[in-house]
Amino acid sequence: MNLKGKHVIIVGEREGIPGPAIEACMRSAGAEPVLVQTQCFV
Amino acid sequence: MKRYGKKDMVVVLGSPTSESAEVFARTLTEGDPSWVGPLAGVALGLPVYHVLEPEIKGQIDPQVYREQVSIMESVLDVEAVIQAVSSVRGSLGL
Amino acid sequence: MELPVVRDVRFFLAHTPGLVRHGYKPTLDVARDQALWSKAQAYLRPYADAVAYAPHQVLLGNRTPDSLTDLPQPWYNHPYSNSSRRGPHGELMSEEELYGLLRASDGFDFIWLEDGFAAEAQGLLERHPLVSRKDLQQIVGVPFSRIEEKLADGTGALPLTLRDGRVIGLIRRRLQDDSSLAADILLENLAAKATATAALRAVLEGSGTNPEGVQYVIGSGEEAVGDRYNRGGGNLAKAIAEAAGCVDATGCDVKSFCCAPVHAMIIAGSLIASGVYESVAVVGGGSLAKLGMKFRGHLAKEMPILEDVLVGFAILMGRDDGRSPVLRLDSIGRHTVGVGSAQQQIMEALVSKPLDQVGLHFRDMGKYATEMHNPDITETVGTGNVPLTNYRVIAALAAQRGEIASTAEARDRFVAEHGMPGFSPTQGHVASAIPYLGHALDSLRTREYQHAMFLAKGSLFLGRMTQLSDGVSFILEANPGQA
Repeated sequence: MNLKGKHVIIVGEREGIPGPAIEACMRSAGAEPVLVQTQCFV
Repeated sequence: MKRYGKKDMVVVLGSPTSESAEVFARTLTEGDPSWVGPLAGVALGLPVYHVLEPEIKGQIDPQVYREQVSIMESVLDVEAVIQAVSSVRGSLGL
Repeated sequence: MELPVVRDVRFFLAHTPGLVRHGYKPTLDVARDQALWSKAQAYLRPYADAVAYAPHQVLLGNRTPDSLTDLPQPWYNHPYSNSSRRGPHGELMSEEELYGLLRASDGFDFIWLEDGFAAEAQGLLERHPLVSRKDLQQIVGVPFSRIEEKLADGTGALPLTLRDGRVIGLIRRRLQDDSSLAADILLENLAAKATATAALRAVLEGSGTNPEGVQYVIGSGEEAVGDRYNRGGGNLAKAIAEAAGCVDATGCDVKSFCCAPVHAMIIAGSLIASGVYESVAVVGGGSLAKLGMKFRGHLAKEMPILEDVLVGFAILMGRDDGRSPVLRLDSIGRHTVGVGSAQQQIMEALVSKPLDQVGLHFRDMGKYATEMHNPDITETVGTGNVPLTNYRVIAALAAQRGEIASTAEARDRFVAEHGMPGFSPTQGHVASAIPYLGHALDSLRTREYQHAMFLAKGSLFLGRMTQLSDGVSFILEANPGQA
């Protein structure tokens, strides 16, 4: 799967990798984040 | 979803455990079986990946990955998380 | 400049299985599926089980956090036989008593208790050292028929029940149609007020401090107090100060999700250092909304619903007394806007930078108090072991800087020595760093170690005003005059 040009829904998690950190990664791969969320269950 | 269409859409997760990764992978493909999740029960049928998967990691600028993600590789059970997400993808033929 | 010290802390726990029904997640899910609650009720713990639950005994100070290391999980299968409702760091009250306290905290007749139950609650609280005569006079009842009528009249009152489902009263909403003064919101705010008040009275009593001697009270809970024009307007702190008899105090609330208490302690320390105030209390009440947050997971695993306690806390800070541990204001770690959202950068800002600021090393901290969430509660729903994740990141940073070897063994050893198992109820702002404070004060006073770091993080993004989280930290140091 090639990320370039893909629209990405990002569901990060506070205890793992937060949304904005994944967002930065996706932009560097040429993908376009369309929704960035971070979950928190505590 | 409506605005962008399904064709070029993927989901990328940052879940810390295999249980959480599976819950979200299923939530975003099949609907919402999650116990605490706020995402309501629409089956999106989207391919779901985890940012730690080699297929995803390999496409990220290594410098950005190092700054944003890499420390968690020594903290989380990477293999279990990857296994959980890829098996949900596999079970749905995505 | 005055040296700010942390004089004492108390936790006030209330076991409230009946109120779990009014936690946000149970409210949401039971509205969709009424049958769910009768199933859930079978998994509510009796009071004796909550008292004997080892993590609660750690919070009360009757056993050490490290003692949990040798206790097999799940901990609810291993009750602590030598348990007590009271310990050096606090108390765990029953739900019957708590309903009495809620009524005593309510100056606006929102809570109605049934006649027989009001007398029962009054009797239970009669000899409680922290309950005043005035409190007892407030605990009056109404006939059960009035409660039945009110619950049926469609004005939005909510039933108050015990663990066994018995209705013992209600909470009504404000008469006019104001969503910020609805019954569930008022109950949430009263629960926070009552539990924080009990903690503040306990810390004043326990440290031999006159309530009149406190000049400022900082609230650090997450509840939004106010009417619809002023939602979140706050200053629950002043209501708590009033209820605890701190007549010479004013106060304010500090908001930053789960890391507000650590922000509040830094602010309190700064106010003392600058000479503005001599004596400041930092308080936080229990979080009703968080009760039963993961109850679906607990039901699926057929385990007790562990999110059944409200926790309030009160911390007393003041000028240097030559004994109490010092909050080092030169050691503040800050998750600034520019730090971003990556775990590595966040932890560098909260741990590495403050160590550099004061010229200390990772292993100089006897313990790190981080997010102390109890893994019995979180692991069942896939959130993992929150404190362990934090400790592993700190160990990885120590290894990156060459302060420990970069082998897995060396990192694990660091985690075992400088970390601890989580023991805090998942009570929002309560769980971040603060639960360890009682043990840290003990260890710093006996010089078991010289330093402990307190770091807290808050999920600001949940409010949808930013994608950022927040975090803040400080180092607590044994009093230099004490040697």
